[in-house]
Amino acid sequence: MSNLYYRHRLPVRLMHWVNAAVFVVMLMSGLMIFNAHPTLYWGDESYGGAPKLLQIRGVNTDAGPVGLTTVFGRTFDTTGVFGAAPNAHGGVTLRAFPYWSTIPSDYSLAAGRRWHFFFMWVLVGNGLLYVLWSLASRHLSRDLAPTTTDLRSIWQSVKDHARFRHPRGEAAKHYNVLQKLTYLSVIFVWFPLVILMGFAMSPMLNALAPGWVDLFGGRQSARTLHFVAAFALLAFMALHVFLVITTGLWNNLRSMVDGYYRIRPPLAAMAASELPPIEYAAIEYPAVDASSSPPPPGPADTPPAGAARAEPDRPNDSPPKDSPNA
Amino acid sequence: MHDRGASRSRRRFLGGSLAALSAAVVAGCDRLGDTGWFSALLRTGETLTRATQRLLVPRTALAQEFTDADVKGPFRSNGTSHPRSAAYDALAANEFADWRLRVDGLVARPLELSLDELKAMRSRTQITRHDCVEGWSAIAKWTGVPLADVLDRASPQPNARFVVFHCADPMRADGSEPYYESIDMIDAYHPQTILAYRLNDAPLPIGNGAPIRVRIERQLGYKMAKYVMRIELVDRFDHLYGGNGGYWEDRGYAWYAGV
Repeated sequence: MSNLYYRHRLPVRLMHWVNAAVFVVMLMSGLMIFNAHPTLYWGDESYGGAPKLLQIRGVNTDAGPVGLTTVFGRTFDTTGVFGAAPNAHGGVTLRAFPYWSTIPSDYSLAAGRRWHFFFMWVLVGNGLLYVLWSLASRHLSRDLAPTTTDLRSIWQSVKDHARFRHPRGEAAKHYNVLQKLTYLSVIFVWFPLVILMGFAMSPMLNALAPGWVDLFGGRQSARTLHFVAAFALLAFMALHVFLVITTGLWNNLRSMVDGYYRIRPPLAAMAASELPPIEYAAIEYPAVDASSSPPPPGPADTPPAGAARAEPDRPNDSPPKDSPNA
Repeated sequence: MHDRGASRSRRRFLGGSLAALSAAVVAGCDRLGDTGWFSALLRTGETLTRATQRLLVPRTALAQEFTDADVKGPFRSNGTSHPRSAAYDALAANEFADWRLRVDGLVARPLELSLDELKAMRSRTQITRHDCVEGWSAIAKWTGVPLADVLDRASPQPNARFVVFHCADPMRADGSEPYYESIDMIDAYHPQTILAYRLNDAPLPIGNGAPIRVRIERQLGYKMAKYVMRIELVDRFDHLYGGNGGYWEDRGYAWYAGV
């Protein structure tokens, strides 16, 4: 009983994995660069009383190395992870982010910068290509832009997510409204912000239009916002991976590898009383006990989401021409 | 109690798995970073960045300048705070009256300029933000002679492509490996590129590079050599020290420090 739906086109799949790999490299090489001066400030500069928003320190005490993380003036003991942590060589190292979270693992600001400033080109290039392709192919307008119905169902979608109730049948062929809004914020808010704040840290690009960096609070504020945006993206990635795992790991992974996604039948379709009798008769189904063999939902040209209407079982492993995601 | 223990061990397991996965990624990247072709690939990023930024930013576009009110404290002394050199100490003892800046290499007229001669030339004062490669920034007021004026006096030959700064501070305790840096002619002739002899309305202190430090306001701090003794114009720098055009460049840092 296959009901495969062609969900992701090749360019999306390629750009997704490039972005995933490059984001991880950018994050981890970025943590290495942060380790060179593990304090975040607000304002133009780091001295002259500039407020410290975050500081990670490692100190040697009589009781051994201690890692201290200060956030908005409150200090936490973060020994073992931040400030002081086991290193790859069996000892303990005083450094902000531990070896397993940075590229390269041993402290090297020069190497971290080489990684960061090569892969930034891949990240930006891939991102630009994605936005252009999404506009040209109408991926953006058809799949990602929320409809008015979507926007009215935000609260319902919040409740569905809270109950781990995920769409089945026709509804599973579209992104839900929270998904759309989250993806749009990643594409048009968080990635542009992290990139722009990267530009704001470049002394040469500062000269492009003198003072533009002050629109974001100054260079040290830009550095802080770069960090905040990077962690917003990390939080997105964590949530994304969590949902990929909990909503059907292999099915989700497969759809991002070969493009095909198996649609689960809608629960409503299991009610035999709602099945249209004429189609029933035409293919000579026996009287169906819905709970034992639920007929699958039809392809994309069947009624809209929510209308329970079963279709005869037929292979559906080619992309429907008018499917919104194809 | 039992539940809390179970959830804690689950958390530990999850955290441990994540760290292990991350460590595997890191180990892979470390090995990749050690291969010749990959580190050569990574270095193409610097070329791409330099070419793009040179294309995008006009040659004479100025770095942001601030006001006196933005200068809030003493300027941090970073790197060498006092050159470990008897010759330097002798110059400092005399308030650099015997110090001479040599300008040579690919120039028509090699020069030797005293501090007073430099001070007699046209000066420029600018309040700018110093950005260190480590990530910190500090605002300060600098006064000095535009490097362009000094170069014009020496009259560079047409084949001069880089300006090399030779410094008084040895980077090793045994007095070897003097600091040095190099920039291209675009930065050398930039209006804000000055040989600074004053910092925050006072003579440049030893901690910040006395008698002169170069300011290159659109690049990171390590380009702005302190304790400059000699300015050499060259058409290439691969014969100097480690061959990468600067003390930190010889230790893996990018020659182009616009990011």
